[in-house]
Amino acid sequence: MSFPTREWNRRHLLSLDELEAWEIEFILNAAAAFKTVGERDLKKVPSLRGRTLINFFIEPSTRTRVSFELAALRLSADVINMSATASSLQKGETLIDTAKNLQALHADIIVLRHSAAGACKFLADRLEASIINAGDGAHEHPTQGLLDAFTIREHFGSFKNLKIGIVGDILFSRVARSNLHALLKLGAEVHLIGPSTLVPKLFEQLGAYVHHHLDPILPHLDVINLLRIQHERQRKEYFPSTGEYTALFGLTKERARALKPNCLIMHPGPINRGVEIDSDVANSSQSVILEQVTHGIAVRMAVLYLCSGGKTPAAQ
Amino acid sequence: MSQIHSNSSPFSPLQVLPLAVSSKPAPPLLIRNGRIIDPANQRDEIADLFIQSGVIIGDPPAKLPTETQTLDASGLIVAPGLIDIHVHLREPGAPHKETIESGTFAAAAGGFTSVLAMPNTSPPCDSPAAVMWLLQRILQKSSVRVFIAGAITKSLAGEELAPIGSMLKAGIVAITDDGHCVQNHEVMRRALEYASMFQLPVLDHCQDYNLSADGVMHEGQWSLRLGLQGWPRIAEEVIVARNILLAELCSTPIHIQHVSSAGSVRLLREASARKLKITAEVCPHHLWFTDEKLQNFDSTFKVNPPLRERHDIEALLEAIVEGTITIFASDHAPHANYEKEVEIDHAPFGMTGLETELAAFATLLIHRERAIDWPRLIACYTVNPARLLKLNLGTLTAGAPADLTLISPNLRWTFDRNQSFSLSKNTPFHGCEFVGRAVQTIVAGRTIWKLL
Repeated sequence: MSFPTREWNRRHLLSLDELEAWEIEFILNAAAAFKTVGERDLKKVPSLRGRTLINFFIEPSTRTRVSFELAALRLSADVINMSATASSLQKGETLIDTAKNLQALHADIIVLRHSAAGACKFLADRLEASIINAGDGAHEHPTQGLLDAFTIREHFGSFKNLKIGIVGDILFSRVARSNLHALLKLGAEVHLIGPSTLVPKLFEQLGAYVHHHLDPILPHLDVINLLRIQHERQRKEYFPSTGEYTALFGLTKERARALKPNCLIMHPGPINRGVEIDSDVANSSQSVILEQVTHGIAVRMAVLYLCSGGKTPAAQ
Repeated sequence: MSQIHSNSSPFSPLQVLPLAVSSKPAPPLLIRNGRIIDPANQRDEIADLFIQSGVIIGDPPAKLPTETQTLDASGLIVAPGLIDIHVHLREPGAPHKETIESGTFAAAAGGFTSVLAMPNTSPPCDSPAAVMWLLQRILQKSSVRVFIAGAITKSLAGEELAPIGSMLKAGIVAITDDGHCVQNHEVMRRALEYASMFQLPVLDHCQDYNLSADGVMHEGQWSLRLGLQGWPRIAEEVIVARNILLAELCSTPIHIQHVSSAGSVRLLREASARKLKITAEVCPHHLWFTDEKLQNFDSTFKVNPPLRERHDIEALLEAIVEGTITIFASDHAPHANYEKEVEIDHAPFGMTGLETELAAFATLLIHRERAIDWPRLIACYTVNPARLLKLNLGTLTAGAPADLTLISPNLRWTFDRNQSFSLSKNTPFHGCEFVGRAVQTIVAGRTIWKLL
């Protein structure tokens, strides 16, 4: 599917909920072009030369920050990293004041990771700079949703008739929300699977299927995306223990055998081996976990490029 | 629909005529040809009303005193002065949000002649000294009558009873831990029993902290979509149910503040059917907006209890029509812009409401839904709250204080927060088009505000 007459005209990427299907396709097409850049010896294009990007991370993250940083460097942007510990937010400055200071430094793009849902929208409504959401609370993590969709498209070509399972702590997961919106818009069937406390029935109103048992749905899935379970950060009333979680929802070797042979195994990382996924299963040929990481750079290059005013998704 | 720009208003900006602090009584006033609505006396008729020396006389005498002023109220409703029993004036402690002076200006401009100030100030109103300080301040700064609610528990901590009897002697008219909620049922039981000794009204903000947890908005499809923590209906309903059971156990009345959920309405209805003395109030924002308003993470719409869903609004409307909810209030909760302009998780709960509540209820209940008529609406702001707080107000009975609100029932206007008297502008009603508005507010026979 392509829409040659349409043009990307967003400055921000705040959520996949607000994008139309063609916009998501547009980013994925651009990402396909940028993917080849990373495979060259000279992994750099001049698209964002002279632009300044600030990675503003008010919540710990390594891989997303590194991925954005590499994406920006490959587009020739100047990159500054700012983390919560280094920033003045700990001295009582408000988010808006810190962000206005970044803008006063002539930042063109601010990539924001924040523990509060809506923090990116909040800045986008008040700043001139492009705001790219790198994860806001339990709201969205749009580039993760895009890179997951990109990985699925690389393998299946289209989303038609695909049954995609997302397993884990859906309630508190921004990855699950971004995946849900993107995959539904692209035409897939989305199955959310996990304990009833973490996967409320209400998700059906957003267009998903909700399951509280993993085994019956396993053989039907074309993709299984396992989310990280962090019992230590969770309020303890949602499930009793990681052991019980693994027994009920972990992708064990035995369960993996029930999957279709061509079912993709995905995980946004970092993985807890032996908890939500068995170690050997994570290393198996069906696993595309490291491909996801590679695709993350291409997708983020596409997003940075388009939100900076790039028009055609052509590799240079 | 006509345009919603503020310049479409047929009136110039509001003005307050300051309350004269002189000891001289107000001159006699004859209000002619108004539609007199006095629900306390089941009165609704076009008539003249005469007031003198700050009290209601009633029909004008055959020979008017020479200094009598007359006011033509043709086309206007002449109602008893409106009472708002749920207002945060923020003094002491947060005069950057609101003061008694600014808050009572806003009250006057909304048509209110009396307000009940909530005790969750800093320090809280939980001692006779705090009550005395407030009374002093009110005497100096207030342009309408300000009544004081004392805390149920010391420091609003929900643990030890505040000196309720001493605060009553100092001048409180009710107790509540508003903004907080007594979680310990035993403490609440003893508070009800203790207050019943003085027949002191007990008001409760209903919120179970375990169930509301870190919730910032209604738990539903929108909180799920936005990834914001939900504040479920059940957190309110559990405490409403608790209060009903305690009221029955202690044979005391209890008043439920700012009801927001359909489930609370059902519990209240069952309690009324069993003849328990439970009263309840509702705020205009809970009828005007749904949780969908949070979709852009706008903290203006963050309020406690949260904006809920369409079916909650329908239940609240039904409760008003059938008389399960009999009191209207604003929960006027001012916050400075810089406090609200933060991530929604960190923004304080609350919205202002004194200047829009009458218009919002009139527009919605009378003009849009045709749910109730003017006498019913006025009763919810006069005789009903006056009875709850045992005030000799909210009526036009001869001898009562001459507190009056003149209302233009079909006046179309658009609210502009920049013309608000409140020090804070955190209103969700900015730009809303209303039908009906207070145009003159009279306290003790003296006009304290008039729409010019």
